[in-house]
Amino acid sequence: MDSMAPFSDPVLSQRSAEAVIQLAKQYIQLNGRKPVFMEVCGSHTMALAKTGVKTRLNEYVQLIAGPGCPVCVTDQRTIDSMISLSKERGSILCTFGDMMRVPGSKHSLLEAKTEGKDIRVVYSPLDSLRIAEKNPDKEIIFLGIGFETTIPLLAAAIKEAEQRGLTNFSIWMTTKLVEPVLRALLDAGEIQLDGFLLPGHVSVVLGKESYSFLTEEYKMPGVISGFEPVQLLSSIYKLLQLCLENTAEIINDYPYAVSSSGNAAAKSLMKKYLQPGDEDWRGIGTIPNSGLVLKEKYQNFDAKRKFKITIDSPRKTKCRCGEVIRGLTAPEECPLFSKACTPANPIGPCMVSAEGTCAAHYHYMKEE
Amino acid sequence: MLQRINLAHGEGGELTYRLIKDVFEKAFGHGEHTKHDSAIFQCKPETIALTTDSYVVKPIFFPGGNIGKLAVAGTVNDLAVSGAVPKFMTAGFIIEEGLPLKDLKEIVHSMADEAGKAGIRIIAGDTKVVEKGSADQLFINTSGIGTVESGHKLQPKHIQKGDSIILSGTIGDHGIAILSAREELGLLSDTVSDCASLNGLIQSLIHTIDGIRILKDPTRGGLATALVELCEDFHFNCEINEGSIPIRNDIHGACDILGYDPLYLANEGKMILLVDSKMEEQALQVLRSHPLGENAAVIGQVTGTTNSAGKLYLKTPLGTTRSLQRLAGLMLPRIC
Amino acid sequence: MCVGVPSKVIRLEENRALVDVMGSKIYVGILFVPEVKINDYVLLHAGQAMTIINEEYARESIEEWRNIIDGQHGTLF
Repeated sequence: MDSMAPFSDPVLSQRSAEAVIQLAKQYIQLNGRKPVFMEVCGSHTMALAKTGVKTRLNEYVQLIAGPGCPVCVTDQRTIDSMISLSKERGSILCTFGDMMRVPGSKHSLLEAKTEGKDIRVVYSPLDSLRIAEKNPDKEIIFLGIGFETTIPLLAAAIKEAEQRGLTNFSIWMTTKLVEPVLRALLDAGEIQLDGFLLPGHVSVVLGKESYSFLTEEYKMPGVISGFEPVQLLSSIYKLLQLCLENTAEIINDYPYAVSSSGNAAAKSLMKKYLQPGDEDWRGIGTIPNSGLVLKEKYQNFDAKRKFKITIDSPRKTKCRCGEVIRGLTAPEECPLFSKACTPANPIGPCMVSAEGTCAAHYHYMKEE
Repeated sequence: MLQRINLAHGEGGELTYRLIKDVFEKAFGHGEHTKHDSAIFQCKPETIALTTDSYVVKPIFFPGGNIGKLAVAGTVNDLAVSGAVPKFMTAGFIIEEGLPLKDLKEIVHSMADEAGKAGIRIIAGDTKVVEKGSADQLFINTSGIGTVESGHKLQPKHIQKGDSIILSGTIGDHGIAILSAREELGLLSDTVSDCASLNGLIQSLIHTIDGIRILKDPTRGGLATALVELCEDFHFNCEINEGSIPIRNDIHGACDILGYDPLYLANEGKMILLVDSKMEEQALQVLRSHPLGENAAVIGQVTGTTNSAGKLYLKTPLGTTRSLQRLAGLMLPRIC
Repeated sequence: MCVGVPSKVIRLEENRALVDVMGSKIYVGILFVPEVKINDYVLLHAGQAMTIINEEYARESIEEWRNIIDGQHGTLF
């Protein structure tokens, strides 16, 4: 796509990095320290690491990975529930590839599949409806993870299932919302932040306006960013500018994809089928109304009502994913990082998901 | 003759006999050899390369080839990248009952074709038929024998700082062709597998270029995994440039859609070449004048030798470097 | 958080569109972009088009950004 190509142009990327560094130097001179920004989105974490932006800016800007990796914030008990779901007789478990390697207390979905459980990786939630139609004698359960970008797709699957009159399809909802977790992080006051790099694709659904709580209640600036190196650098630059001007404002630096009010069709679909519910976040605990669950009216599609799963208390490990997710601990400060816990043999979800802070760190930042 | 393979085809009786006569002997043309329980042959000079491999690709037919062509090319390439001239190979077929006979014939014919092109002879074989569900349509196991000519040996001991790393063409073609052929994830692609025998190209390189240190075909695990293995086994560090790695646009596109990294996608007709930097231009010329090497490119350099396992680094367009590891587990499509 | 891929709509059907990403194609849902047209670029996530990319805004954005870094270099260098 020609109009998008300049955003990954190497020469423009390098010049953009220079520009950010110049501005960051001003900030450091004024404040005697580096500016500290949190990238909320896990795909940003990965893009920052993979493109080299994070390494390039390392001396001038501190970037902390936020809670926006759906796999990483999934609670241990939830993963254990998903794995025990796969043991339900006559069930086919469908999931995004991301969840397959996440370790539960005993094993992962991939290992459960190896044991002969019918677990299928799909590209889209709608693919699981086709599986449901082809297997009328089986119960098809979709593992519904995701933030606001993905949640409308889950609602769309329910809508389709309803229209097609499918009775053997349900979703195990464990979705997460951006605003409640950002509020929880800011209210806890554990990390000192100067601003947020806001998630581009969640914002496609939510719109720029959804972040007004940041400026109004927390006096916190934020910039909505895309994922290519020039987009990331431009957004970090604008965030620096806001900090230097002491302005708590939200800038939409991804205006060709993100509008002020978001995607109306996606929002209304979510509203029709879903309502807020409490969610457990790994390392953070339960945050009230921080996820969306199926409305009572659609309980036929709610796997949590359809199947009664009992799980034991999760096994304790030295894994510090919980603190990593909250930005309190850097991956290498975890005693397991790159020793007992590697992408090939992950212990915590932050090492499993490609966008997990630990995996991104292991793959892209580790020099030795 | 029956339309599908059944268990009796593997019982050693009349049906087995007919299968060997009508399908395998006809294609591989070695009636004499099949009279003994072993193939007996002469092989000079004395330095021999021996390799074995199994092929379980799914689906067994894909754009650009099938499991049979892949088995021959794969065996030939394993010999060729070791600096050997491929001479003889064997093929063991494990067939799931129900495989259409015409599929088996087509596969065996393309094996004979590919073997003819590569100049390797298929001189021994075996057939077993297993019950439905015990195998997935067809598995092929091969062994290959090649000869290593004195004076044309690879020189991994001479690897030194500054050596050029050349890749013979685009990466990921086979991986995406297979993925698309599986039709599981809805990806529609015109990508054709790069499955091909590289021995012709390799022999012309070995005969014209001095200072070839090592060759490797980046099959499963892809370019990154193959280079990590070279760095570890031959004790050197190297750096490759992200922007220099040849990759087709549609492969990029497919990787973007599914969240895959092309550095880890399988290739079946490509090789990595470590060569004295003084010979870089000449090696590129030889490669690019051959159809299987026309997109060859220098992708990086050896940055130093080490006393233990070396490391692979990737230089990003921003000028930073990051280390690359071998593929961790399965490649799975992702949304995050 | 979420992978999103710019892709070009090359065929439009009632409930879905065929999109092209640099030569690789896939059918995607268009529930969230009811106004989509052929040749539009959409942002793709897990099989659904999430929004139509405004190419004009994209070009303006990159122009604006070039001006910012040119301006900065102008004053600093």
